[in-house]
Amino acid sequence: MTTTLTPRRSRPPAQPDSLRARRLPGYAAPALAVLALLLSAGIVYGVDLGGPVLVVVFGVLLYLAGLFTAANAVEGRRSARNRVWSALIHSALVLAVLPLASVVWTLVSKGTARLDGDFFGSSMNNIGARDANGGAYHAIVGTLQQVGIATAITVPLGVLCAIYIVEYGRGRFAFAIRFFVDVMTGIPSIVTGLFVLAFWVLIVSPWFNDGRPSFSGFAAALALSVLMLPTVVRSTEEMLRLVPPPLREGAYALGVPKWKTILRVVLPTALPGIVTGIMLSIARAAGETAPVLLVAGGGAAINFNPFENNQSSLALFVYQQAGEASKYSPARAWTAALTLVVLVLVLTVAAKLLARRNRLGR
Amino acid sequence: MAKRIDATDVTAYYGGFKAIENINLTVEPKTVTALIGPSGCGKSTFLRSINRMHEVLPGARVEGSLTIDGQDVYHRDVDVTAVRRMIGMVFQRPNPFPTMSIFENVVAGLRLNGVRKKSILDEAAERALRSANLWDEVKDRLGKPGAGLSGGQQQRLCIARTIAVEPQVVLMDEPCSALDPISTLAIEDLMFQLKDKFTIIIVTHNMQQAARVSDRTAFFSIEKTGDPGRLIEYDNTQKIFSNPSQKKTEDYITGRFG
Repeated sequence: MTTTLTPRRSRPPAQPDSLRARRLPGYAAPALAVLALLLSAGIVYGVDLGGPVLVVVFGVLLYLAGLFTAANAVEGRRSARNRVWSALIHSALVLAVLPLASVVWTLVSKGTARLDGDFFGSSMNNIGARDANGGAYHAIVGTLQQVGIATAITVPLGVLCAIYIVEYGRGRFAFAIRFFVDVMTGIPSIVTGLFVLAFWVLIVSPWFNDGRPSFSGFAAALALSVLMLPTVVRSTEEMLRLVPPPLREGAYALGVPKWKTILRVVLPTALPGIVTGIMLSIARAAGETAPVLLVAGGGAAINFNPFENNQSSLALFVYQQAGEASKYSPARAWTAALTLVVLVLVLTVAAKLLARRNRLGR
Repeated sequence: MAKRIDATDVTAYYGGFKAIENINLTVEPKTVTALIGPSGCGKSTFLRSINRMHEVLPGARVEGSLTIDGQDVYHRDVDVTAVRRMIGMVFQRPNPFPTMSIFENVVAGLRLNGVRKKSILDEAAERALRSANLWDEVKDRLGKPGAGLSGGQQQRLCIARTIAVEPQVVLMDEPCSALDPISTLAIEDLMFQLKDKFTIIIVTHNMQQAARVSDRTAFFSIEKTGDPGRLIEYDNTQKIFSNPSQKKTEDYITGRFG
């Protein structure tokens, strides 16, 4: 006797019966979050474990566990995993933005106290520990001059260097340049400061200064440009590589020489990205303290001449005021820090707008 | 306005790889010549070696002789940019300059070669756009970016850009392969008109297109992958498509190839 198995028609396992599935209601996730926070607050304060930070950390963990359990029960495993990972990613975003928001808040709340005409109109010359006024005019002048000169040196040099690497460089020499630019990226700012101190301030500057070495804003600009160069070269290089080769060929095929193709077709196409790289390097340079301290020396008085005598800068001003033995100096330091951030922000926004203006609107 | 091209024993390399070998071919002025053949047989390489675009790639070089009205294109005293101004090129994918407007794209070749006068540029732009059958579609938005046009319009913009510098020869490297049938038709019509003024060489994978637009057809082929491409047969288009003298050509155009 044989039993015949009637082949049962079964659908492939991956095929669902219905396209619709059970979903958690929209209020479930927020409600769970509130519940988790309340529960965590209850536990933390009930057992007296700690403060609000622990409540949030504990609450987030509780929320994740609760969310997974609820979603797993109602929506199934895949959906539960999706919800937990989404929640984790969003928490990561919050964690990343939190320090930024905190910095901005601290700067604004503490920096506005001395945001007055005196601060932007006077220097620290003849300001003693008991004087409440005094300002950062000299430091603003110094920062603008030093960063300006450094940018004027670095941008042509860096962009030309990147053009060489991408458009002309072949073989070992181009490889060596790229390698050394990479190495430069890792040079600590204090080392570039020492380099300029040893090379420019001690050896070269006496030639211009009756045989005596002299601090100067220009020396600081040199150190800053050494710091800026790798950032400008690498970012410009990446942007130039992003320009599609057919664009270059299109220009060559019109009988346009290579240099003109680069100048009129390749560079304009890559311009917004190049500007971003330059602004990043400027932001970095404007915030450097060590090289300025080493080769420009700082100073309390206004010095409009970047080629002679001491100059200060905003970053250096912050450093000096923060360590000053005067009850008025911390407020000056905060305001200078705020000024520095706003300055860089304004420069960045302005540069972006300029770069965008060159592009045609869609 | 149109010139004759003679290729004698043209062999082209990519580094150590020999892409085409001993191509001998003469292109008469004011004709359309189609280069057909399977992928990788060296049609585009040959086309790019005519206006010295082949050597743009690192390690690429060309041997043999290529002359345009008797002048050696590869002579050591020859200015590459002059060659390319004389022999224009349209690419497979439309490549308008993204930072330039429609007008600037059309006159790019003139402007980047030093023509500044507005009246000359205006006139050249209108003439080129009219020749490329694009004028009516874009005359009201010449200041808008070229990249905002449709694919077919962009390709006609690139053709306008090429003919605005008034070359003697126009090379087209599969100019319709990224386009829909209507845009393709527009460009084929255009070729008929351009033939009055220019010598046109077109690479195409579309044999109907080759049969429709060309006066002469060259069939390239390779023995097997890695071998250099060779010119198998070169004759009047009519003859190639009705009664080719080579078995290989017949196999290819009847679809029995490979």
